[in-house]
Amino acid sequence: MINTDILIIGAGPTGLFTVFEAGLLKLKCHIIDALPQPGGQLTELYPKKPIYDIPGFPEVLAGELVDNLMEQIRPFEPGFTLGERAEDIEKLEDGSFIVTTNEGTKHHAKVVAIAGGLGSFEPRKPPITKLEDFENKGVSYMVKNPESYRNKDVVIAGGGDSALDWSIFLADVASNVTLVHRRNEFRGALESVDRVKELKDMGKIKLITPAEIVDVQGNGHLDSVIIRKNNDPKEDFTLDTDYFIPLFGLSPKLGPISKWGLEIEKNAIKVDNTLDYQTNIPGIYAIGDVNTYPGKLKLILCGFHEATLMCQSAYQRIHPDKRYVMKYTTVGGVTGFDGSKKEAPKAVVKSID
Amino acid sequence: MNPDINITIIDREGQCHDVKAPTDMAMNLMELVRSYELAPEGTIGVCGGMAMCASCQCYIQSDTPLPEMEMDEEAMLAEAFFVKENSRLGCQIPLTPELEGLKVELAPEEI
Repeated sequence: MINTDILIIGAGPTGLFTVFEAGLLKLKCHIIDALPQPGGQLTELYPKKPIYDIPGFPEVLAGELVDNLMEQIRPFEPGFTLGERAEDIEKLEDGSFIVTTNEGTKHHAKVVAIAGGLGSFEPRKPPITKLEDFENKGVSYMVKNPESYRNKDVVIAGGGDSALDWSIFLADVASNVTLVHRRNEFRGALESVDRVKELKDMGKIKLITPAEIVDVQGNGHLDSVIIRKNNDPKEDFTLDTDYFIPLFGLSPKLGPISKWGLEIEKNAIKVDNTLDYQTNIPGIYAIGDVNTYPGKLKLILCGFHEATLMCQSAYQRIHPDKRYVMKYTTVGGVTGFDGSKKEAPKAVVKSID
Repeated sequence: MNPDINITIIDREGQCHDVKAPTDMAMNLMELVRSYELAPEGTIGVCGGMAMCASCQCYIQSDTPLPEMEMDEEAMLAEAFFVKENSRLGCQIPLTPELEGLKVELAPEEI
């Protein structure tokens, strides 16, 4: 069991900054995120794109902003549960919470802050009717254990980096790798595209373009896919295969959080914006893109503000008997849980002789 | 001069909407759909307009001249689902006076 003061769901900019504001109040944080790395959309979708509306940064790359936030919160030693999705929540009698991930990791926290952005990133599934019947029976949306494909026939669909990279990797493992893409052009890194071409010329990858998988077949386990070439049903053909791996990237889904009994409106969680961004369940807050209230704007800078007010409220909730007034970092400095201390240099008094 | 133009949008339920679209606010077609709430929030413009999701995919139903597709849009449509010959990403179509009379249908939401 992981124990913490504030359990943050979502390691995007809002979730990361929460660690800082909580740290100033001596509250410890732990963050859960479904992605394997922190940063949320910023690192997953657009790390190399500039953002122009972070106060004080005329221009900053999304990836740099995340690096900066990670540096800023380092003294407060946040814990991370990455690559796991928050699945269930249970409220205990003392008002604290236990949040369990899809992998079964349990987190015990006095306060839960949902900073889940647009939701957790899930693989995009192509609209093939019977696809779900074969999930884990020949169809998977990510390669978890490459060894399980040894000496098997594998069909991969998609035109981005993951489709290219896994085709390259599995070319040495599987007995046959077929890569199917709707266009002749691929949008992955140039080296990967070149490598796939080499492997194709060597006969180690079979490339079928422009084409797409339109159906999957099998009895219990997948045994073949139907491939449509040139978008023409007359050119449909069956290809025997043990595995089919559609790799069409990730898209965010609100997911299990939507079943936690929180008030949902417009695919977002309703919160009290007049006070502290608390949800209809006391002790659970929602901040950043995941929440909604009259006049809501999904901006990083608004998420920072919401995180700050939320932490003050969380402090009151965790320490109902303590008195506290907010202190400027310039006055109080920043004292990390790691023993580090940053503070403004003292004024030097020196007389002129 | 009134900078608004007329655009027809068929929503995902098949309902037809004739709307006025401003051409002076640097808006695009995806944002227009959102401003009239013709698709639920969270189901359109998910990536914010970076051609990085296909949630604003639409089918162009008029022969209105449109800006050419750029690489980002083309690549995204190559990975999108329910794509047709006349598919475009709404976020890549800026609202300009040339779009007067444009008619589009929103593509189904990916599940």
